[in-house]
Amino acid sequence: MKLLKRLLPLIIFAVLVGFLFKGLWLNPREVPSPFIGKPAPAFSLPLVGDATRTFSPESMRGKVWLLNVWAPWCVSCRQEHDYLMDLAAQGVPIVGLNWKDKAREAASLLAQKGSPYLAVPDDLPGRVGIDYGVTGTPETFVIDKAGIIRMKHTGPLSPEIWAKKVQPLVQELSR
Amino acid sequence: MIPELGHFALILALLLALIQGVLPLIGAQRGNATLMAMARPVAQGQFLFVLCAFLALAWSFLHNDFSVENVAKNSYSELPVIYRLTATWGSHEGSLLLWALILGFWTTAVTLFSKHLPEDMAARVIGVMGLISVGFLSFLLATSNPFLRLIPAAPEGNDLNPLLQDPGMVLHPPMLYMGYVGFSVAFAFAIAALISGRMDAAWSRWSRPWTTVAWLFLTMGIALGSWWAYIELGWGGWWFWDPTENASFMPWLAGTALIHSLAVTEKRGAFKSWTVLLAIIAFSLSLLGTFLVRSGVLSSVHAFATDPGRGIFILGFLAVVIGGSLTLYAWRTSNLSRGGGFAWFSRESLLLANNVLLVAALGSVLLGTLYPLFMDALGAGKISVGPPYFNSVFVPLVAPAIFLLGVGPLARWKQASLPDMVTRMRWALAVSLIVALAVPLMYGDLLWRPVLGLFLAVWVGSSVVMAFLNRGRNARGLDKLRGLPRGFWGMQLAHLGVAVVVVGITVVSNYQSERNVRMEVGDHAELVGYRFVFKGTREVPGPNYTAAQGAFEVTAPSGRVFGITSDKRRYHASGMPMTEAGIDYGVFRDVYVAMGEPLENGAWSVRLFIKPFVGWIWLGAFMLAVGGILAASDRRYRIAMQRGAANAPGGAP
Repeated sequence: MKLLKRLLPLIIFAVLVGFLFKGLWLNPREVPSPFIGKPAPAFSLPLVGDATRTFSPESMRGKVWLLNVWAPWCVSCRQEHDYLMDLAAQGVPIVGLNWKDKAREAASLLAQKGSPYLAVPDDLPGRVGIDYGVTGTPETFVIDKAGIIRMKHTGPLSPEIWAKKVQPLVQELSR
Repeated sequence: MIPELGHFALILALLLALIQGVLPLIGAQRGNATLMAMARPVAQGQFLFVLCAFLALAWSFLHNDFSVENVAKNSYSELPVIYRLTATWGSHEGSLLLWALILGFWTTAVTLFSKHLPEDMAARVIGVMGLISVGFLSFLLATSNPFLRLIPAAPEGNDLNPLLQDPGMVLHPPMLYMGYVGFSVAFAFAIAALISGRMDAAWSRWSRPWTTVAWLFLTMGIALGSWWAYIELGWGGWWFWDPTENASFMPWLAGTALIHSLAVTEKRGAFKSWTVLLAIIAFSLSLLGTFLVRSGVLSSVHAFATDPGRGIFILGFLAVVIGGSLTLYAWRTSNLSRGGGFAWFSRESLLLANNVLLVAALGSVLLGTLYPLFMDALGAGKISVGPPYFNSVFVPLVAPAIFLLGVGPLARWKQASLPDMVTRMRWALAVSLIVALAVPLMYGDLLWRPVLGLFLAVWVGSSVVMAFLNRGRNARGLDKLRGLPRGFWGMQLAHLGVAVVVVGITVVSNYQSERNVRMEVGDHAELVGYRFVFKGTREVPGPNYTAAQGAFEVTAPSGRVFGITSDKRRYHASGMPMTEAGIDYGVFRDVYVAMGEPLENGAWSVRLFIKPFVGWIWLGAFMLAVGGILAASDRRYRIAMQRGAANAPGGAP
C-alpha cells in the first residue's frame, strides 16, 4: 500500500506520456466540417478582374473540382500558390474564392504571379465564406460532379497532402 | 561567419554540459574532491558558450542577416531595433536557445551562491542541472538549429509575428523562462537530496530563496502576458484559459504550493516527501509546458511551427527526466523520517489544506487543458474545453484556499486553538461580510460571485492588518515594525497582493460595461455616463506598419475631457491586421477603446469598454513579485551565505 502511494505519481505520469505520444499524431486544428456530404451552398459572385461576369458553383456541375478559399493578405496562401500552379498545369480545376480582400490586391497579385484558377469569385464581405464555414485561409473544398462537398482541407496544400489525402479522393470521384 | 561561430559555440557548450552532468555526480558518489571541484568552472564555461551562441544569433538579427533561415523567417528590415532583438527568441529555435541560456544563467548563479553548501551537495545540484542542459542543447542541435543558412539568402524577411511586436512581449518570454527554468534549481536540489538521502531543514532552507525567486519571475511573466493580451487582442480580456496560458499557470500553482510546503519543512521538518514531490512536479510542469507549446499537441493562439519529430524528442526527454526523478522519488522516500507532528488545527494543518487545494486546482487546470487530447486520442471525438469549465471548477477550489490564506498566517505552529482564533478574527469576519454585501447592493444586484470575491479580498486584507497589529502589540510602536524580518514583510505583501488581484478580477468580471457601436465621424456614444465622440481616423505610418488611428474625445461623468487614440495596424510584410487598443488608465477604472472593422462611409465598428478596477490585477501581481523579492532577501539567508563563504576553503575572492 505504501509502495503504491509512492509509485502513484510515476503511474499517473506514465499514462500521461502515453496520451501525449498519441497526441503527437493527432491534429487539433482539424475540426471536421459539418458540410461534408452536403450540397455546396449556392452563390453568385462577381469575378476579380471582370466584375461584369459572375461565377456560381452550378456552372461546375459534372466536374470534380476544388474550391480554394484564399486571400492576398494570407501568407500561407502565397506559400501554397506555387503548388496550386503545378496542380492547375496538371489539369486540376481550381476555383479561387477571394475572401475578404479589403485592399483589393487580388487582381494585381494574380497578374504578377500567374493564376492557377479557372475563376476567381470575389467575396469581399465574406458572406460566402460564412456559408461554407470558413474559419481561416487557406481552406480547400473538394466538390464532386453532383455538387456535393466531399472533403475539406484546412491549411496550405502541399505535394505530400495532395498525394496522400486529396488525389485518391479526386480520382475516385472522377471515375 | 558569425552564425557558424554561434553554432560551434553551441556544440562546445553541449560537450561541457556532458562533462558537467556526469563527472561531478560521479565525484559526489565516490567522494572524489577533484571531480566535484570541476562542477563550478565547467558550468560557468558552459554558460559562457551558450551566451556566445545567443549573442551570435542576436547579432544576426540585429544586422538583418537574411541568409540565416531563422532570421529570414522571423525578422524584417524595417523592424525596429528592439523588436529585432526580441525576434531572437520569437521563433521556436530562438526561444529554445533562450531556455538554454537562462538555464546556464541559473546554474552559474548556483555556482556563485553555493559556497555555503557541502561540496557534494553543490556538485550534485550543478550536475543535475548539467544533465537538463544536455537534453536541451542536444534538442537544439539535433532538431532545431537556429543557425541554419538559407542559400540563396532571402532578399527580405517574413517579419516577426505582429502579435509579438508589443512592449509587453519584450519582457514576457524572458521573465516567463526565468520562472520556468528557475524551478530547475529547486528540482536539482530535490534530486540531490534524494540521491544523498539528506532531506533536512538545511536542505529546505537552501531551496527556499531559489524557489521564491523563480516563482516571482514566473508571476511577473504571467502578469506581463496577461497585460499584453489585454492591450493587443482588442477584446479587453486579460485571461483566456488558453492552453499556453495554462501551461505557464500550472507551474505557478505548483510553485506556490512548493513555497509554502518548503516553509513547513524548514520550520517544522514535516511534509518532507511532499515537498520533494512538489519540487519535482513544479519543474516537470515547466517541461510539460514547453512540450505542449513546442509540439503542437494542443491548438492555441501561439502558432509556433509544429513538427512531430521535435515532439518525439521533447517527449522522450520529458519521459527520461520526469520518469527518472519520479522513480527515484518512489525508491528513496521510504527511509524518510516523518518529522514534527502537529494537531488537526495548527499552522501546519492549514498549510497542508492549502497545499491540497492548490494541487487540486492545478489538477483541474491540467485536466481541462489535456481533456480535448484525451478524448481525441480515445477516438471519442473532437471537443474543446473553454472558460466555463475552468471558471466553474477552478473558482470553488481556489476560493477556500484564499479563505485559509487569511487564517494560516495567524495560526500557531504545532497547535492552535480554534475558539481562540474565532474570537480573534470575529471583527475581520464582520467587516468582510459587510463590505461583501454592501458593494454589490450598491451596484444593484446581490449576485454570489461578487459577494464571494469581495468577501475573500477583504478577509485576506484584514488578516494582513491583524498580523501587523499582533506583531506591533508585542513589540511596541512603529520603530519595532522596522525590525520585523523581511520574510514577514514579503509574506504579508504577497498575501495583500492576492487580495488586490481578487478585487480586480471580481469587480472587472462582474461590473464592466461594454458596447459595440457603429460610429461615423462626429457620432457619439454613451456608456455608463461616459460620452465618446468619434473624431475620425487618420493614417499614421509606423516603422513597419501603417495604422488607421481612430481619435476619440471622451467626457467622463466628472466632466473631465480627455482624448484616446486607438490603432488598427496593418503590417507591411505579412499584411496582417492588428488591434492596438487605446486605453485611458486609472486606479479605479480603465476606459478602453478598440477599433473593429472599417465600414462604408468612413464609419467604423468600435468596441467601447469601461473596466472598473482592472488595473488591480496587475498591481496585485506586482505586489506578489515584490513580496517574493523581500522574502528571498531575508537576512537569515544572507547570514547563512556569509557564514558559509567564510568557512569554505578557497571561498569567494
